[in-house]
Amino acid sequence: MGAFFAEYGSILWAGTLETLYMTLVSAFFAYVLGLPMGVVLTITKPGSIAPAPRFNAVFGWVVNILRSLPFIILMFFIIPFTRALVGTSIGATAALVPLTLSAAPFIARMVEQSLEEIDHGVLEAAQCMGATKWQIVTRVLLVESVPSLLRGLSISLITILGYTAITGSVGAGGLGNIAFRYGYQRYQTTVMYATVVLLILLVCIIQILFDRLARRADKRNR
Amino acid sequence: MALIEIQHLTKVFGTGADRVTALEDVSLRVEDGDIFGIIGMSGAGKSTLLRCLSMLEKPTSGQIVLDGSDLAAMNGAQLRAERRKMGVVFQGYNLLMQKTVAENAAFPLKLEKGFDKAAVAARVDELLELVGLADKAGAYPAQLSGGQKQRVAIARALATKPEILLCDEPTSALDPLTTKAMLALLADINRKLGVTILIITHELSVVRRICGRVAVICDGRVAETGTVSQVFENPRSEVTRLLLSEKEA
Repeated sequence: MGAFFAEYGSILWAGTLETLYMTLVSAFFAYVLGLPMGVVLTITKPGSIAPAPRFNAVFGWVVNILRSLPFIILMFFIIPFTRALVGTSIGATAALVPLTLSAAPFIARMVEQSLEEIDHGVLEAAQCMGATKWQIVTRVLLVESVPSLLRGLSISLITILGYTAITGSVGAGGLGNIAFRYGYQRYQTTVMYATVVLLILLVCIIQILFDRLARRADKRNR
Repeated sequence: MALIEIQHLTKVFGTGADRVTALEDVSLRVEDGDIFGIIGMSGAGKSTLLRCLSMLEKPTSGQIVLDGSDLAAMNGAQLRAERRKMGVVFQGYNLLMQKTVAENAAFPLKLEKGFDKAAVAARVDELLELVGLADKAGAYPAQLSGGQKQRVAIARALATKPEILLCDEPTSALDPLTTKAMLALLADINRKLGVTILIITHELSVVRRICGRVAVICDGRVAETGTVSQVFENPRSEVTRLLLSEKEA
């Protein structure tokens, strides 16, 4: 055990950090894109505060099409774009591009689902008080849905974490890459098991942390 | 002087075969300082009328004249400004569940650009005092009873010092005792602040207890209107007699 950690400890630690880097940074950018998309999907529905049924239908389709692209295909498909954006198609930073693009439409739907939970009457009350659409979005929709958005964030993070392992198999670094190189290419299964344990730990930590945050943020149950 | 004058208000939903006329040629005058009741059975069009008055629904035709200006002809910023002259209280309270009682009451005040923090805090204290919830300022709606939630909703509706309070079935989710207290509060507000109150209800007792004038709505039309004693003692329409007999039953 001690010998194992002496030999692979630093590699596994670096891999964990790289995985976290890819997960958190791409989640951040995916939310920058996905959160407004989710808001637009919600408020342009018929009967909502900025109804635009035709636009909503088209936009909904675009999001569905983006979501139906399997991640591994998207990753190869956008290599030229990735190269143009970050200068390379190899490594953890290059992986951020497909990770972000693939997670954004997923997050848009997660956000939409969270915002849908809010009682329409509360939005109407805000309208009656003379709130603008922007104020309704920023002060009602996004505030009332915080607990649900936090739960969605944990699901998004765990999904992206899973994708980082795929990018790892094509040279993007992280725990997936370690598992692939040591476990698959060199038959060092112990290293692979270690990466699996680390991934499970990461998922558990994210889940527990956000469950707790969501519960603490929710003022409905106290 | 009439504060609100509804003239020939018609609201049609849908088109073609799905066409439903929810309100047809409704005309009403609500005098300044009055407590005006609008009563009718479910589906009579009461709620649509209130939704038109609060401009949540745009009338198909007709006018809603508040203080001399026609709300039905307004849009955007003009309408938002006019809305601050109206407070709306909903049957389902419609409070912000993630905000405290004080934050809920402050919400309409904080919509204004460059609001004065101290003035908002002072106004919120005043409002919560008025509705009897001064000790609940820091509580969240989930911790309150139905009656208390409705009090928060009333405080919030009064925040911008509106000229009229529109109440949509404000007591139908409350038990009889709480209903009594709520109506007393509304009457008190009317007297103290001089706010005109318009109450939509299906309960005769609500109208009897606090309203000065009443309109009976049936099938999207005004069946009759007058002072509460006139209408209830000498009902001229079938629906009023029906409502009165149901009470006895």
